[in-house]
Amino acid sequence: MNAFQPTLSPIVFIDLSLLTMLLLVAIAMLRSRHLFAVVMLSGIYSLLSAAFFVSLDAVDVAFTEAAVGAGFSTVLMLAGMLLTARREKPKRPGRAPVALAVVVAAGAAMIYATIDMPAFGDPNSPANSYVGQAYVDRTASEIPMPNIVTAVLASYRGYDTMGETMVIFTAGVAVMLLLGAGSVRGGREVSDTDNGKDE
Amino acid sequence: MDHLILKVTTKLLFAPIILFAFYVQFHGDYGPGGGFQAGVIFAVAFILHAFCFGLDETKKALPQKALTIAMVIGFLFYAGTGVATMLLGANFLGYDAIAPNSTHHAGQHYGIILVEWGVGVTVASTLLTVFYHFTGREPDIDQEDW
Repeated sequence: MNAFQPTLSPIVFIDLSLLTMLLLVAIAMLRSRHLFAVVMLSGIYSLLSAAFFVSLDAVDVAFTEAAVGAGFSTVLMLAGMLLTARREKPKRPGRAPVALAVVVAAGAAMIYATIDMPAFGDPNSPANSYVGQAYVDRTASEIPMPNIVTAVLASYRGYDTMGETMVIFTAGVAVMLLLGAGSVRGGREVSDTDNGKDE
Repeated sequence: MDHLILKVTTKLLFAPIILFAFYVQFHGDYGPGGGFQAGVIFAVAFILHAFCFGLDETKKALPQKALTIAMVIGFLFYAGTGVATMLLGANFLGYDAIAPNSTHHAGQHYGIILVEWGVGVTVASTLLTVFYHFTGREPDIDQEDW
């Protein structure tokens, strides 16, 4: 296996600063008890991940993350928040040595596993060889469109995408069945006003 | 609480957002984008409308009944493309059967546009359905509650 030496480009520093900000936002989310702030921070988290994906040249994923994660999820979390209290109940968690040990062990195992990962940007890594390379090679001659991501998503893996569409459809039907009683014509009126107040 | 500036801005932005959704939908073959992203952007335009003018006004413009039908039509459009290619003698979703005499696989392009359209319709209507059902359960928010 030929060794790949990653070069230290300015982009790496952008990546590192984005990842640092992601970590800070995650810690802020953990520490905040104000649900509105948590929802807004989760939107910021999604936007930062979208920026990170752009820096990794995954613009399609970044686009989806910005639209779904930062846009729609935040709206949905706000709508969900309105059905519950504005603040998380203050709770002092007791010490849980077993849980701490499990988390430390799992985290250590993950860090140990990263040693075996291919270097950042390695063109010979398993993700970039084999089937990924085949798609890149064949799209130009088999599918007349420049965006390989769309070609893979809608043609080579069209069956997968149909399943994803089915999943979204099923999610919509499930929400209609669970929450639809007061919202659909002919349904019963539902009142949630008692839950909307602070304690 | 009559937010005039917000309402005017929303009215100005609504059409460009819808236009951008269609751009993302049909330009997905050439740049980043596609049915999923376009569907979300389309839904977000109506969510913005609901935030500004109230859910009832948005439901008048785009009733839940239409969304329910659109959800089904979108998915059937996708699956129907697959069935159509089978009827034309190819595999399920084998788009080359749409234009069998093409020298540069034009059928793939047609098929992908059809399928992405199905994805876009399903995603937009499903997201709006979810939004309607979540926000439809609570009376208007008190200003003090924020």
